[in-house]
Amino acid sequence: MTKEEIIQKENLVYKKPELLNDVPMHYCPGCSHGVVHKLVSEVIEEMGMADKTIAISPVGCAVFAYKYIDVDWQEAAHGRAPALASAVKRLWPDRLVFTYQGDGDLACIGTAETIHALNRGENITIIFINNAIYGMTGGQMAPTTLLGMKTVTCPYGRDPKLHGYPLKIADIAAQLEGTCYVTRQSVEKVPAILKAKKAIRKAFEYSMQGKGSSLVEIVSTCNTNWKMTPDKANKWMEENMVPFYPLGDLKDKG
Amino acid sequence: MAEKEITLMKGNEAIAHAAIRCGCDGYFGYPITPQSEVLETLAAEKPWETTGMVVLQAESEVASINMVYGGAATGKRVMTSSSSPGISLMQEGISYMAGAELPALIVNVSRGGPGLGTIQPSQADYFQTVKGGGHGDYRLITLAPASVQEMADFVDLAFELAFRYRNPAMILSDGAIGQMMEKVVLPPFKPRRTTEEIARECPWATTGRIGMRKPNIITSLELRSEEMEQNNLRIQAKYKVIEEKEVRYEEYMTEDAEYLIVAFGSAARIAKKVIAIAREEGIKVGLLRPITLWPFPSKKIGELGKKVKGILSLEINAGQMVEDIKLAVECNVPVKWYGRLGGIIPEPEEVVNEIKKMTL
Repeated sequence: MTKEEIIQKENLVYKKPELLNDVPMHYCPGCSHGVVHKLVSEVIEEMGMADKTIAISPVGCAVFAYKYIDVDWQEAAHGRAPALASAVKRLWPDRLVFTYQGDGDLACIGTAETIHALNRGENITIIFINNAIYGMTGGQMAPTTLLGMKTVTCPYGRDPKLHGYPLKIADIAAQLEGTCYVTRQSVEKVPAILKAKKAIRKAFEYSMQGKGSSLVEIVSTCNTNWKMTPDKANKWMEENMVPFYPLGDLKDKG
Repeated sequence: MAEKEITLMKGNEAIAHAAIRCGCDGYFGYPITPQSEVLETLAAEKPWETTGMVVLQAESEVASINMVYGGAATGKRVMTSSSSPGISLMQEGISYMAGAELPALIVNVSRGGPGLGTIQPSQADYFQTVKGGGHGDYRLITLAPASVQEMADFVDLAFELAFRYRNPAMILSDGAIGQMMEKVVLPPFKPRRTTEEIARECPWATTGRIGMRKPNIITSLELRSEEMEQNNLRIQAKYKVIEEKEVRYEEYMTEDAEYLIVAFGSAARIAKKVIAIAREEGIKVGLLRPITLWPFPSKKIGELGKKVKGILSLEINAGQMVEDIKLAVECNVPVKWYGRLGGIIPEPEEVVNEIKKMTL
């Protein structure tokens, strides 16, 4: 059988979502962003919202998310994405509005915007990539960096006396009256990926039904700045990140 | 509206009413004295029940300006207002909006600084407004109202200019204009633009891919230096056009003037009283009131500088606009400054004394 014979419509079992642009990504091999981008693209496509989506990208590794997911995008200042999204959704209530942010952007410089957008119950979804480190700037300590974890700004390990404690944003979000759905997922293996996709779909649907704010945290890896192979990074994540940031729904108001 | 209705209100209230009437889609703000009446008036008027205008009290000025960024990026007419310390917090967002070429209105009802300063009126934010304020090479279209009527009139004008040039615009007022009550004729009602109108007039806007058009991206980021230089050159070319076409000013008794006061906003009102007193005493004084602080009426001031014996820059600050006047007249005529600080408004008599000194 030749390659051409195999590549036939009737043999198709899987394909890249149309909304995921066919361009090389700037993300490192092994990074979680690519998988999450794919999931977001699939969900938008399956919901039939490609012409009604307004997305907000952060400052950090996902700053160029607009190059990959083929919808309208606004690129926000560092940490401010939830403020942009709040205004966009209020001005365009029938649009699907979400932000896509990392832990430095969302849990540090943008904490105020994040908490208040969630607490106002803005009908938006925040996709939160938590890899416990600043990726784009070269591996500095993040608010989510685990105790003892080494980064270039805590080279001897995060010490609570010097650096304080890691911040559990999803736990805070779950306490807020404005949130309808808060969940923590991961994308290191297929069953996890399928669950994460369902979570994103639920969050997007709730926002369109006007149920309030959703936060979908994806516990992720940064193998480059963790200085590990992708495989080792996944294992390290399971053994170290997941015990501190346990997976599953923290809140689901249905 | 069959007849023009005259009402009595504060400058801050006039901003709010004008916003509702000129098709504004959204206001995002945070309380700060002396401008809180803008948000308070909007909250009391409930325009979301009439015109559909969104009004939202944000968690900070940082959030407010970024809400404005988000709204403006969708092609909607959105605005915020604040006072000096709050406007300082907004500078990051304003720079991003200039970089992403987003049209919006920012109102500064300024107060005395630096720091927490005072809640009394001041014009000390001139430099911040017309010389940048935030980072990068950018300009902010700046209108300086001198009356409650102009507070009302400049809202629509600022939006028109902002959208014509895809650039943020500011109304630089002060606590005196914001707080004082005057007669005002509010602008007639203008409907908010429809989605179709926005899609047609703002083809760049992130409205969602209507009709599955190509995606629109709003960003100020470009890591390739050659591309970034081109972006900057394009914006600079736009600023040149604005400087050529959009200069606005008021001339008052300049025909026979031997001395010229240049003053904007509240200071320009004092200047008119100064001129009355000085002329009674036989000193022919005129006024040039810049209405646009950027673009600055440099050419006009340069022309007047050749006709008068001296220019006094009257400012409620430590002398900021005086630098632009000196540049405009290119040393053809002596230029002096007079002003008061800390929230004190100069008395006309003090200014007349300064004029007299110039005649010696």
